Amino acid sequence: MLSLTHYLGLGAVLFSISVFGIFMNRKNLIVMLMAIELMLLAVNMNFVAFSQFMGDLHGQIFVFFILTVAAAESAIGLAILVVLFRNLRSVEVEQLDSLKG
Amino acid sequence: MTMQTIYLLIPLAPLLGALIAGLFGWAISRRAAHVVTIAGVGISFLLSAYVLKTLLSGGDSFNGSVYTWLTVAGLEFNVGFLVDRLSAMMMCVVTFVSLMVHVYTIGYMHEDPGYARFFSYISLFTFSMLMLVMSNNFVQLFFGWEAVGLVSYLLIGFWFKRPTAIFANMKAFLINRVGDFGFLLGIGLVLAHFGSLDYAEVFKAAPSVQEATITLFPGHAWSLMTVTCVLLFIGAMGKSAQFPLHVWLPDSMEGPTPISALIHAATMVTAGIFMVARMSPLFELSDAALNFILVIGSITALFMGLLGIIQNDIKRVVAYSTLSQLGYMTVALGASAYQAGVFHLMTHAFFKALLFLAAGSVIMGLHHDQDIRNMGGLRKYMPITWITSLIGSLALIGTPFLSGFYSKDSIIEAVHFSKLPAAGFAYFAVMAGVFVTAFYSFRMYFLVFHGKERFGKASHHGDHTDEEEATDHHHGLTPGQKPHESPWVITLPLVLLAIPSVIIGAVEIEPMLFGDFFSDAILISGNHEAMAKLGEVFRLHGGVTGMGTHAFITLPFWLALAGVALAWFFYLKRPDIPSAIRKAAGPLYSLMENKYYMDHLYINGFAAAGRGIGVIFWKLGDTILIDGLLVNGSAKVVEFGAGLVRRIQTGYLYHYAFAMIVGAIILLSWWLGGILPALR
Repeated sequence: MLSLTHYLGLGAVLFSISVFGIFMNRKNLIVMLMAIELMLLAVNMNFVAFSQFMGDLHGQIFVFFILTVAAAESAIGLAILVVLFRNLRSVEVEQLDSLKG
Repeated sequence: MTMQTIYLLIPLAPLLGALIAGLFGWAISRRAAHVVTIAGVGISFLLSAYVLKTLLSGGDSFNGSVYTWLTVAGLEFNVGFLVDRLSAMMMCVVTFVSLMVHVYTIGYMHEDPGYARFFSYISLFTFSMLMLVMSNNFVQLFFGWEAVGLVSYLLIGFWFKRPTAIFANMKAFLINRVGDFGFLLGIGLVLAHFGSLDYAEVFKAAPSVQEATITLFPGHAWSLMTVTCVLLFIGAMGKSAQFPLHVWLPDSMEGPTPISALIHAATMVTAGIFMVARMSPLFELSDAALNFILVIGSITALFMGLLGIIQNDIKRVVAYSTLSQLGYMTVALGASAYQAGVFHLMTHAFFKALLFLAAGSVIMGLHHDQDIRNMGGLRKYMPITWITSLIGSLALIGTPFLSGFYSKDSIIEAVHFSKLPAAGFAYFAVMAGVFVTAFYSFRMYFLVFHGKERFGKASHHGDHTDEEEATDHHHGLTPGQKPHESPWVITLPLVLLAIPSVIIGAVEIEPMLFGDFFSDAILISGNHEAMAKLGEVFRLHGGVTGMGTHAFITLPFWLALAGVALAWFFYLKRPDIPSAIRKAAGPLYSLMENKYYMDHLYINGFAAAGRGIGVIFWKLGDTILIDGLLVNGSAKVVEFGAGLVRRIQTGYLYHYAFAMIVGAIILLSWWLGGILPALR
């Protein structure tokens, strides 16, 4: 029988992968967007697990909202990325340092 | 019209003329500019003459305030008039000479682009001078004092495109500041110790503080009256160009000739003399101050006259003569012969204005050549200028029966009778000055009007002609050109000034010096008896004619005659002698050529030291301390800090994200560290 700890462990692993994906990734901005999605999914996993084990549906309702928002956010992020690519001919994270002080 | 209205109208009429010509000079014609200013000054002169006539026929003098300017801590600064016979006489002299100069200017400046501006300035000057002489308190006196200084500055630099003129007016302004500083301190002392700035109140309170002392430096107590009077006199030294503050007056000749006559000979420079005469109740209380005045005056009278001998610029000769004559007036003040000083002021105003205007007429006739070495023989071509110049020169050297004789001889005799310690030196100086005056006056007269005709060499310019002159004046006559007599607007003032130069002395000496003309204005203490003795001698000789005939057996007459004869011998008979003497007296000549090195002292001494201190403050205080350390220093600190901090902003998203996560972890552990023990 899988306990709450296993689900939470999976969530933590997913979250850690996505964190590393964000700041170890030097190449592609799309990977960074995917890592953000993964981070949201890790959170969703925690929500669903807690909802199941505490017998409260609110958590699962919340997940739907998060998924919707994440979809919208990905769409905007990808749109930005396309414009960025058109302007810079590149989506390499290493080269995007125009915010440098 | 009440008398008060008249008193108000006298200074305001020229002011109105000045404003119209000055503010609307661009709009009105040249003719309108001179008509309106001459009308203003003319009204002023007629009313002044009326006021003097009323006072002389027994009218009361007026002393009252017109307007309260401001009140500070219970102290009122008033605009007020004191019209007694002293100020009425000054008003007449000022407005008369001013009127003559206004008329003269029509001819002298008729080509000048600044025509209306010039008329505006000289009318403004007339207003300022009238405010000065009519004042009944120290503040208004100081206002007039500064206002005439300002107009003098503007007029010396009238041709403002000439560098020499700008230098001269700056010099005049700065040196007058030195004198005015003393003057202002003197007024401050008067205010501090008398509690009032009104003449009448101060003079009334003066005897009660005669014994008072003042400690400027610990351990040295000085007489309050002496300190006050010396400080006030320092103001007079600046304005009346007394040694050692005289250096601005010769340079002021850079201005147009009419203002040299009006401001730098007849009126403004005599303001110091007038002021001391007006303050006679104060000066009489301090023998030390009177001695100081005597010494300063006699140095000026003799040594400035000596410089006149070697000048080659016609205006500078007259300028040094003015310095010397101002020295005579100052000597008279020091000898407590205030009446004689003011009397000489009046006669000098007429004949010196005449000499200046005649010099201007000569300059015009020679097309703006001022070098007397390029003149000679002009009497054939300019007869009116010649005759009036001769009259002016004769009056200046003290020819018996002419005006200068009565005033100058009175001064010499008064110094003779003075018992002050410095009177001996002063007597020598004024006596020697008679010879010097006669010599330089007739040196100039002979070189200009007699002898060989040396003009017509337009390529040879003197030292003081100026190539960069703003106006389109050409200098000197070209070969074959002949000088011409000036138009009537120039010769009329000459004639009108020549008349008082001849007669005013004989007419006025009895009432002004020995009558009660100044009895209400000038106060002489009992132990200064020069004036009283002078009166006795005057009556002993049998009055005006007696004084004139007696002069033929006195020393001054023979000294003057010797001066004239020597000038004739040197400059007409044997022109080789002066140049031989110049060669023989090398160091002495260069001492005089450099005006006793006073200019060097001021420019390389005081001015250079002042500039040196300024450079130190600029380099050290401003550049290094304020700009370098405070302003740029703080900016540099910020720049350095920002340079360190900006390294954090790499621009890489993953760095920001990492920082965010690290921050989130720190926050979380902090929060959890706070609540976990409580949960347990």
